[in-house]
Amino acid sequence: MSASDVGGMPQITYNFAYLDEQTKRMIRRAILKAIAVPGYQVPFAAREMPMPYGWGTGGVQVTAAVLGRDDVLKVIDQGADDTTNAVAIRGFFEKTARVATTTSTTEATVIQTRHRIPETKLREDQILVYQVPIPEPLRFLEPRETETRQLHALAEYGLMHVKLYEDIARHGHIATTYAYPVEVAGRYVMDPSPIPKFDNPKMDDSPALQLFGAGREKRIYAIPPHTKVRSLDFEDHPFKVQRFAKPCALCGATGAYLDEVILDDKGGRMFVCSDTDFCNTRQEEGHRGEMGA
Amino acid sequence: MYVAAKGGEKAIRNAHALLAKRRRGNENLPSIGLDQIAAQLTLAVDRVMAEGSLYDIELASLAVKQARGDLIEAIFLIRAFRTTLPRFGNAQPLDTSRMLVRRRVSATFKDLPGGQLLGPTFDYTHRLLDTALGGGENGDISGDSPVASGGDIGDIPAAPVAMPRVTDLLGQEGLIEASPADDGAEPFDITRAPVAYPVDRATRLQTLARGDEGYLLALGYSTQRGYARSHPFVGEIRFGDVEVIFEVPELGFEVSLGTVQVTECQMVNQFKGSAEVPPQFTRGYGLVFGQCERKAMSMALVERALRWKELGEEQSAPAQDEEFVLSHCDNVQATGFVEHLKLPHYVDFQAELDLVRRMRAEHEAEMKEAAE
Repeated sequence: MSASDVGGMPQITYNFAYLDEQTKRMIRRAILKAIAVPGYQVPFAAREMPMPYGWGTGGVQVTAAVLGRDDVLKVIDQGADDTTNAVAIRGFFEKTARVATTTSTTEATVIQTRHRIPETKLREDQILVYQVPIPEPLRFLEPRETETRQLHALAEYGLMHVKLYEDIARHGHIATTYAYPVEVAGRYVMDPSPIPKFDNPKMDDSPALQLFGAGREKRIYAIPPHTKVRSLDFEDHPFKVQRFAKPCALCGATGAYLDEVILDDKGGRMFVCSDTDFCNTRQEEGHRGEMGA
Repeated sequence: MYVAAKGGEKAIRNAHALLAKRRRGNENLPSIGLDQIAAQLTLAVDRVMAEGSLYDIELASLAVKQARGDLIEAIFLIRAFRTTLPRFGNAQPLDTSRMLVRRRVSATFKDLPGGQLLGPTFDYTHRLLDTALGGGENGDISGDSPVASGGDIGDIPAAPVAMPRVTDLLGQEGLIEASPADDGAEPFDITRAPVAYPVDRATRLQTLARGDEGYLLALGYSTQRGYARSHPFVGEIRFGDVEVIFEVPELGFEVSLGTVQVTECQMVNQFKGSAEVPPQFTRGYGLVFGQCERKAMSMALVERALRWKELGEEQSAPAQDEEFVLSHCDNVQATGFVEHLKLPHYVDFQAELDLVRRMRAEHEAEMKEAAE
């Protein structure tokens, strides 16, 4: 921050990507530690950001710390580039870092996301930054941080397995559909942020670096490239992802995550790709679904 | 053909333009000046400075104006600005016994050195709407204003006179626990390092000092209603101006950076004593920027409740639960996370929808099977 007088009140200008360099250094150290201990939640001195807690302050700080002038940034929320919060965060970095932005997954070098992993396979020169509301996978089983840190230290994950088992006993299958817990590099159980479990397999052995930022809870964690990420399950109840009965109504894609769109009040609905870039690219390539133009 | 709803960018721009218009209100009326906010909405500005953790009257007034009077939003604006400011050092601890006192009351002694000074307070006013205030420029001389009521507002002394704190007076007899000695260590800074529980005193006080007034009020109130009762007395509340002293390492001497207004509350509480300590009074402490008495008192009550372990008391109530109390008292964090529920969640909802449909289908099949 620096101030210069332009009549009336002093004008306020900010550093590249908003945060000062000391703060970025502190965040980078936390990121390096997180990469060194995959899946471990590293406490960091999260700053107050000019957007509300719970709206991506952790992801924004991680992005600000890794962003360089030559980077090309993509921001998605619910898989889409045009959702309001994605637009606001992209606008924030356009304004404070003046970096190039894109909606194309392949063109981006840094992708900040909320709730999805892009359908297009990521590369090793890309970083995926997740916004995380509650980083602690055990939080809803044990509300106390003092307790959960100890459970992680002892790799004592019995609670989580009991929870999943109780799901099966009660419903016949595991009733967790998003933020589905994973084990990283055979050690830490990690919350993948509220992505649908459909996206979980994409985290495994990904060539891209995956960084997770939780601003309000002041935690950073990471999955280094080509790390084993296993969704928790049981031998007789193996992990399964959601499957959609129909292909995307716009681009005809099968095996992509779909959003349900209600068309009228008579039960009319359609299913379309949640990843807008993926869907648009396919349509440009000539793929058509049943309702595509 | 279906076209998915687009235009988030344009919608945001338009919404913000509309917000700016609503903030300004009727353009035939003059815009409120920051000086007017600072001079006439002082307590709003004080609260924004206190919970925003930044003592700057002009910026806090600007925040109140920009936030359309929404104080949590104003606090948020101040916090987001504060976070970008570089730190060039720590001031010397404020010496509140050398305060230019504008108000000072003790509920434990009828009279005491330095006397009782009511100062500007709502206490003992009759809470009757004063329609004279609504009368515009010349009407703003209220029934209880010094001019109308013939009161004598007296003179504020030009310089602070040393006024011992009540706790220091009781302390001489050893009746009350002493303030912990300054060990010279640099205090933990909750804005520069992540908090780990359990916390030390500095962390606890910092967190409470910027905590939400309403939240602390409710928790403090709960201790009075029997949830971790601590038999509190207001040893003293004082409000006034305190000098901020900074020692410049390069110069090797102290300089005054100016004064800040603070409210300090020393709550005196009963303590039965323990094996090592004879019966004595214990303390809860509250210190807040500006004139924020309700907050300072609430803070003192909650601070005392949180000290149960150190005093060998039993834990029985929410106000004593350190991790619970401290991790939820920041209103900027709380409002952000609560309000983030407005953000789209349709990916996760879709996953849940799918699960519920599947479970309903299974349920239906089971019912049919049972009927057959």
